[in-house]
Amino acid sequence: MNFDKELDARGLNCPLPILRAKKALNELTTGQVLKIVATDPGAIKDFEAFAKQTGNELLSSAQAGTEFTFFIKSK
Amino acid sequence: MSQKKLAIIATKGTLDWAYPPFILASTAAALDYEVQIFFTFYGLQLLRKDVSGLKVSPLGNPGMPMKMPFGPQWFRGINWNIPNAIQAIVPGYESLATALMKKTIANNGVESVENMRMFCQEADVKFIACQMTVELFGFSHDDFVDGLEYAGAAKFFEFAGESDICLYL
Repeated sequence: MNFDKELDARGLNCPLPILRAKKALNELTTGQVLKIVATDPGAIKDFEAFAKQTGNELLSSAQAGTEFTFFIKSK
Repeated sequence: MSQKKLAIIATKGTLDWAYPPFILASTAAALDYEVQIFFTFYGLQLLRKDVSGLKVSPLGNPGMPMKMPFGPQWFRGINWNIPNAIQAIVPGYESLATALMKKTIANNGVESVENMRMFCQEADVKFIACQMTVELFGFSHDDFVDGLEYAGAAKFFEFAGESDICLYL
């Protein structure tokens, strides 16, 4: 998937991946896509909830081993 | 949809209890909440410029696991069940527990208290320090970080009364 910015949140724990993602999204314009890679086991539920509450669209979430990858479209 | 509001009252001044207010406040801010924290009594310790003196006490806290943050896995898995009577009389026990907790925090990719506080301030979380407690405990405004508002309970209720969520921590 195409993206405009990538955030490496591996090794970070709650709530840091969310805080960094919020910061990164603030630097994007509407419609741009942020890719996030995280290892926090709570990340899947957290990013679903983050997208729902902030209105930034979660385009996809995937797991490969202990890594999670998310694509979020900036509102 | 109007912006949601979270009001937190932070009353504890230990290393472990420094985390809940800052974690919840910064997360809520990331979720577009407007957030205020009212720091009163021991909670004021969380606003000092130097928070390296924050400690954790395992004494009388049966919920706190005492595990070693180093060594082989089998060793890390042991829960050191030290009786309260011993914790109370061994000098430096609290400092030891604090050092071990800081190591555990670093090992787990959990942020320092200073940085969590900074993330809150960067995200426009408003900090209100209880002026009465500042005087009661003999602090001066110079002891605390910049960007605080010094006020009393009535000021806090102005925001808390309109909040969607209010937490006493």
